[in-house]
Amino acid sequence: MANGNGRVGLKERFAQAGDHIRTSQVWSSIFRPGSPFRHGYTDSPRNRSYVIMNNVLYHLHPVKVKRHAVRLSYTLCLGGLSFFLFILLTITGIFLMFYYRPTSPQAYLDIQALSTDVAFGQLVRNMHRWGAHLMVLTVFLHMARVFYHGAYKPPREFNWVVGIVLLVLTLLLSFTGYLLPWDQLALWAVTVGSNMGAYAPVIGDQVSFALIGGVQITPDTLLRWYVLHVLFLPFIIVVFMAVHFWRVRKDGGISGPL
Amino acid sequence: MAGLPEHLLRRSAEARAKAEGRDVEEVLAELKGEAPPAPEQETPAAAPEPAPAAPAPEPTPTRAAAPAPAAGPVRDLEAESTGLGVPVPLLRRAMEGRARKEGKPVPAMAGAAPAAATAAPATSAPAPAAPAAAAPAIPEGVTTQRLLTVVKAGAIQQVKSSPQDKVNVWPHLLAIEFVALMVVTAGLIVFSVFVDAPLLEFANFNEQPNPSKAPWYFLGLQELLSYFDPQVAGVIIPTFGLIGLAIIPYVDKNPAVKPSDRKLAIMIFSFFIFASAILTTYGSFFRGPGFNFSFPWVDGIFFDF
Ligand code: HEM
Repeated sequence: MANGNGRVGLKERFAQAGDHIRTSQVWSSIFRPGSPFRHGYTDSPRNRSYVIMNNVLYHLHPVKVKRHAVRLSYTLCLGGLSFFLFILLTITGIFLMFYYRPTSPQAYLDIQALSTDVAFGQLVRNMHRWGAHLMVLTVFLHMARVFYHGAYKPPREFNWVVGIVLLVLTLLLSFTGYLLPWDQLALWAVTVGSNMGAYAPVIGDQVSFALIGGVQITPDTLLRWYVLHVLFLPFIIVVFMAVHFWRVRKDGGISGPL
Repeated sequence: MAGLPEHLLRRSAEARAKAEGRDVEEVLAELKGEAPPAPEQETPAAAPEPAPAAPAPEPTPTRAAAPAPAAGPVRDLEAESTGLGVPVPLLRRAMEGRARKEGKPVPAMAGAAPAAATAAPATSAPAPAAPAAAAPAIPEGVTTQRLLTVVKAGAIQQVKSSPQDKVNVWPHLLAIEFVALMVVTAGLIVFSVFVDAPLLEFANFNEQPNPSKAPWYFLGLQELLSYFDPQVAGVIIPTFGLIGLAIIPYVDKNPAVKPSDRKLAIMIFSFFIFASAILTTYGSFFRGPGFNFSFPWVDGIFFDF
């Protein structure tokens, strides 16, 4: 539209360019029918369903949920937050991996360098550490919330058991990460922690041997725990989370209302 | 074919007619078992002349013939099986089931007992011969599928028939999730800007700090270590604790979810939660050098995150 002096205004140009992009083949191939980003999206019940159905989210969420399930006060978002913290920990963890070598004394030096030489290094390390503690807390509170709602009762018994496995895996992830800075805190907290496992009758020695790769913690333990921490345990926990989320839906969605 | 809705019948008739290159109405009638079997050109074994007046429900070697013998007291399950593509045991079970329901005697089976077949009225051909001829009823190169049975979802799928009060996940739930995610991320970033993660001196195998504490989530257990034998505190209690947690749903048989109807369960669970919270706090803040009791406001805090 002309703006008085026969020229096209900047605002219109942007609008035109935006329209042009949103009607292009590339754009509409990315945003499937029903996506709010798609050209001509209108807020209709049909499109609201499409947003979920035509979206990778459909693997996590159904199109509709019980009205009480969206009340924040029911789940307190605790399961969702545990999952989200796990994602956040994965992202910050990948960042940290670029600067960390699991050998002695390099591990310690790398962590030191992270807080002095690397842009945002200290911030990301802090987020990874505090996020990890927070995740242990949210998983624990999630378990308590599920208990107090009686949400483990049929047909959700098995999902509770899957949840317990997730709790153990979360603790193991946190515990294996604890050793990696290779400072006095890491070394001795892990020593004290894994000594408890060594008291197991009959298999105690084997347990501690498998865990720390010897009768006491050595630099070899560092490599072992590093691999467990960044690869093995995340892989296992993702598998169990997939089962967990799948069962939430197959068991009829969120439990309740009370 | 009794009890099937008309539109389903029609759809399957259309599909079959298309697959076999026949007329839809003809197939439909045959599915309903109304008309006697029509001749099929591509089946050389079948008689070229239709014999509607034939008194005998002879198991004509076409798929079309299959429903007809069901009426008679003798059934050639072998032939029906080839005709319908349904395994014999299933057919037999269905037949017995229906007979039981209707209070009639189970029809004799031609395939199983040739004697019965001969006794049947006006059976012109020995029954066991039929299946061999029945085979070419489906034209070559045509794949047909068949819905064998409808299984009710009863396993882990929750099927609710009564309508429920539901809302769209988009935008209601997703908006909440997005806000929760933003709040937590913002909180975590702000906290991380102001509070640094600890990094003590380089790991030294020869110098154990006093006290040495496990990560905070194990401090309840470490606290127990000062009361019990390590076998008990470090192994038996955590093992039984985990197993105990895992079997809660199988032990607690009370179906109620209202807090007022499950006071005992809540009491027991809360007891353990409080006990571990107290032990953890105690181990974290009230244990000083030598893991001996100390007041944090007197001797300082011996605790690292
Ligand atoms: C890594 C850890 C975990 C993650 C990421 C996770 C995630 C989730 C999510 C997203 C939900 C949907 C409802 C909600 O947000 O509350 C859920 C439900 C559930 N979770 Fe977890 N969970 C974890 C650990 C656990 C633990 C430790 C338990 C119990 C021992 C548990 C038992 C359950 C049960 C029974 C449900 C169904 C609850 C209902 O229908 O109301 N989960 N979980």
